[in-house]
Amino acid sequence: MTELDSEPVLEVRDLHTHFFLRRGVVKAVDGVSFSLHKGEVLGLVGESGCGKSMTALSVMRLLPKGSARTVQGRVLLHGEDILTRSPREMREIRGSQISMILQDPQTSLNPVFTVGEQLREAIFHRTHGRNKDVMREAIEALRRVDIAAPEQRIGQFPHQMSGGMKQRVVGAIVMSGQPGVLIADEPTTALDVTIQLQYLKLLQRLQRETGMAILFITHDFGVVARMCDRVAVMYAGRIVECGTVEQVFENPSHPYTRALIASVPKMTGPIERLYTIEGQPPSLMDLPVGCRFAPRCPHAEQRCHDIYPPAFAVETGHDAHCWMLEAE
Amino acid sequence: MKRYIVHRLLQGVVLLCLVGTIVFFLGRLTGNPVDLMLPEDATPEDRVSMIKALGLDGPLYRQFFIFVGNALHGDLGMSIRMRQPATEAFFSRLPNTLAIIPWSILLAMGVGIPLGVIAALNRGNVLDRAAGTVAVLGVATPGFFLGILLIFVFSVELGWLPSGRMGGPEHYVLPVITLGAFLVAGFMRLVRSSMLEVMESEFVKLARIKGLSEWVVIWKHCLRNALIPVLTLWGVFVGNLITGAIITETVFAWPGVGRLTYEAVIFRDFPLLQAIIILKSILILSINLLVDILYAYVDPRIRLT
Repeated sequence: MTELDSEPVLEVRDLHTHFFLRRGVVKAVDGVSFSLHKGEVLGLVGESGCGKSMTALSVMRLLPKGSARTVQGRVLLHGEDILTRSPREMREIRGSQISMILQDPQTSLNPVFTVGEQLREAIFHRTHGRNKDVMREAIEALRRVDIAAPEQRIGQFPHQMSGGMKQRVVGAIVMSGQPGVLIADEPTTALDVTIQLQYLKLLQRLQRETGMAILFITHDFGVVARMCDRVAVMYAGRIVECGTVEQVFENPSHPYTRALIASVPKMTGPIERLYTIEGQPPSLMDLPVGCRFAPRCPHAEQRCHDIYPPAFAVETGHDAHCWMLEAE
Repeated sequence: MKRYIVHRLLQGVVLLCLVGTIVFFLGRLTGNPVDLMLPEDATPEDRVSMIKALGLDGPLYRQFFIFVGNALHGDLGMSIRMRQPATEAFFSRLPNTLAIIPWSILLAMGVGIPLGVIAALNRGNVLDRAAGTVAVLGVATPGFFLGILLIFVFSVELGWLPSGRMGGPEHYVLPVITLGAFLVAGFMRLVRSSMLEVMESEFVKLARIKGLSEWVVIWKHCLRNALIPVLTLWGVFVGNLITGAIITETVFAWPGVGRLTYEAVIFRDFPLLQAIIILKSILILSINLLVDILYAYVDPRIRLT
């Protein structure tokens, strides 16, 4: 499984990414830290708008131009900070060392170029090989993602393919450079349920074959249980709990994690009303000074509202940011 | 595809009938060519015989039916002033107009498209505003004013370029600029807005994830998509050029169909005017159809039905 004691391939330390808008500053990512080890799949879970995708885009350094900026923190890829690299160096890193699958396969391929051209471009950019070799590699890349008759598919346009097939093509493109780290930003959310499982299995197989590390962003605990070794739960711009999947599922220690797990519908047992979390997540423009979950937390005390809790270890490799854990 | 083309051709025929009818009656509202052709001391008898010779006698509806009957046989009549078949007059002048239109389009695209891309990349800052100013100036400056201004500066004051008439390459410069100027603005604004839209796309993000250079991302992935809406307006632009040529050719004494149109109106040369408008309409309709067919090749998602 994982090699937790090995050096992390990707380490994010105290990352802050803010949007500077006329209305104010939106703290989309506000002090996120995690590490990702070789061959490991780390799930990043949280509700919409909690900063998962912005964390991914900050790591890739592909934030929307203009308003968004990473103001603080370090992103160490193989021990080297990529936030300080020049745009040119960053282009060399993208695709070959770190890559990313986007959420919606319908829009992530360019509609006016054939899939072959879009693959060729990615491969040629790295190898500068002869056209014949590049095309052979492209066909091979399509075959690796289980696309039947890749020789014919390579001349087709994205609109001639199904959503699941497009997402596999995207996978072939982003993994053609054999990156050590892959960020998958809700890669199955836009797919049919029947296709989702197929895609997850494909990702798992490719991950085993190549030994790459995956940062798997999702809001689906079922997907986490299937795919991930460890999981980090994110709420309002920060990671509130992190541990192995077994630890977090069996002993959720942050009230938010507990509430999230409780609100997943169960397939067994008596039918009850589905648990929901009271209230709304805080505005990222006007965050509380203390724990961000305190206003919705059934266990909140005065100091929860005043001081943000540090990380408390629940067990080895499992910690959570909650004052309730201090006493233990 | 075949059905689509047949359908469009039928639409075109209906449109041509309407155009022919309108131009026939509208032309006759302007007066009588005989008044312009006869000397002031002509006798009423001279007038009557002249009107008869030109076929302008008899009730208007009868003249119209004769016109329609002849037009259906491909005969658009004799030019009153030039004493040659109107169609012949049109086609003898057409090459001169076609000699400047492609250059104007090339100029408009060559300046307008990069300006649009630069404006989009620099959204909101000085470069964007500068490009916007160029666009507004291009749209707001009428062709006759720009043409005369150019003649004044480059022919009269500086003496660098000829002020009109056809000739060597230097004769083309000013008419081509005059004709292309307002299209620069059209291309620029269109490319800017569609670039801004395309640059937000997910596939642009994926192109960057692949590690492609910014140059390839912008000028290949973005621009190719941004040009699709530009192509749809090509037909409109060519129409604009053909009408714009009337003013440009008149200002520069260019012997093309634009100037011929102007002359036909001024001399009330009805058969010639009818022929010009109908033939120009056919030209514009065919270009539009051609553009639509081309569209399907540029954007693979489009299937004409």
